[in-house]
Amino acid sequence: MYLDGSSWTDWLDWLPSSSDMSSLLLAQTGFRLDFGKIWDRVPFILGGINVTLQFTLLSVVFGFTWGIILALLKISNIPPVKWLAAAYTSIFRGTPLILQLSLIYFATPQLTGYNISPLQAGVLTFSLNSGAYTSETIRGGILAVDKGQWDASASLGIPYRSMMLDIIFPQALKNILPAMVNESIALLKDSALVSVIGVVDVMRRAQIVGSEKYIYFEPLLMAGLIYYVMVIGLTSLAQTFELRLRKSD
Amino acid sequence: MIKVENLHKSFGSLQVLKGITTEIEKGTVVAVIGPSGCGKSTFLRCLNRLEVATSGQITIDGVEVTHPKTDILKLRQKVGMVFQHFNIFPHMTVLENLMYAPVKVKRVSKAQAEQKGKDLLTRVGLADKADVYPNRLSGGQKQRVAIARSLAMEPEVMLFDEPTSALDPEMVREVLDVMKALAREHMTMAIVTHEMGFAREVADRVCFFDSGYLVEDAPPAQFFSHPQAERAKQFLEKML
Repeated sequence: MYLDGSSWTDWLDWLPSSSDMSSLLLAQTGFRLDFGKIWDRVPFILGGINVTLQFTLLSVVFGFTWGIILALLKISNIPPVKWLAAAYTSIFRGTPLILQLSLIYFATPQLTGYNISPLQAGVLTFSLNSGAYTSETIRGGILAVDKGQWDASASLGIPYRSMMLDIIFPQALKNILPAMVNESIALLKDSALVSVIGVVDVMRRAQIVGSEKYIYFEPLLMAGLIYYVMVIGLTSLAQTFELRLRKSD
Repeated sequence: MIKVENLHKSFGSLQVLKGITTEIEKGTVVAVIGPSGCGKSTFLRCLNRLEVATSGQITIDGVEVTHPKTDILKLRQKVGMVFQHFNIFPHMTVLENLMYAPVKVKRVSKAQAEQKGKDLLTRVGLADKADVYPNRLSGGQKQRVAIARSLAMEPEVMLFDEPTSALDPEMVREVLDVMKALAREHMTMAIVTHEMGFAREVADRVCFFDSGYLVEDAPPAQFFSHPQAERAKQFLEKML
């Protein structure tokens, strides 16, 4: 999909697929790395990138949006609303993500009769969970904006909504961006959890290839490399974005 | 223009304003002075309801600020405010700072707001800084932008909360000059300040606050040469 076959083969040849190198390293155990064995299934594993990216992107967008809403509820002046938002955060931070995922995927059909797809269940869980974490970061970022900015906005007669959207939030974003990049990276990696509800993402595909070929090290190593490259890509993307945000510094 | 009757303000158990009654007539400049912690800034912030009065009544141009049903955002459009720490929007250019509220709040067209913004920048001597971000400006320049930003809303009253207290001494004057020009144009102004020379020169009246009370209210000539209240005498001795 990304490169033509021959270049991939070249690359694999360069890796310790040649018997001399792997046997040199691991001669005593009789263990040999042989990427040639999974070569025909590499496109299949790479195909998981789409699935993983789709999950991550949707979860980041919905989770961030939900986090903003929760943060706004937390800084509101209405005690029951604040309390609810805090209780929500506490529950979602206080229970394992995989439990939440299983509950939503397996319990939703039982509870509502709606047959939730693994993609929907995964994105829903990750968004709900990520919202709980990011809401605290966003709340902190909003409150860290100089109080004078609120005063100035108020004194100009700017309505709350516009103030938040145009004055406070752009400044808060600078404070919270590094934490949001961390959260996106965590989501990208945690997305591997959806393999347990049968989504064929990078992780699941690596496992499938492993069980087809009776070798696990090579496909899992490959999956690891794919995740790592995606994280690096995400990080550099975030750096570019951060530089643009800081043009007024 | 502004009427204040028996204004009280408490923060928890701390009483900051203990019954202020005064009036600011249209086109006049009132300097509010007093030792720190006397409540003068709180008084000013009550006037546009940045602080909600505990009791008492404030009306501006016939509109009751202290009434909970008053459309405060609409009222604030008529009441500009300048702060000690400028509070310029750091993520917008100077011109954007001036254009944002007129476009967003008053629904002025962008072209019109831009023209008005540029005119105002010329007036405060910063025409060449229109497209600069605020962090490139000195304190005095920031404060002049802040004044221009308030004026862009075409307010009828301007409140100044220690506008020169955060400035290096050599920048105080450029800000005071802009304020003097405003006073000459008969802008109604309430100015909390420590600049006694400025108060004496520009103000029509001086209000001296102490421990939450309006202790003395007199024309500057009278106040600075013959203060009546004992506390005002002590204060002036230290200041001058």
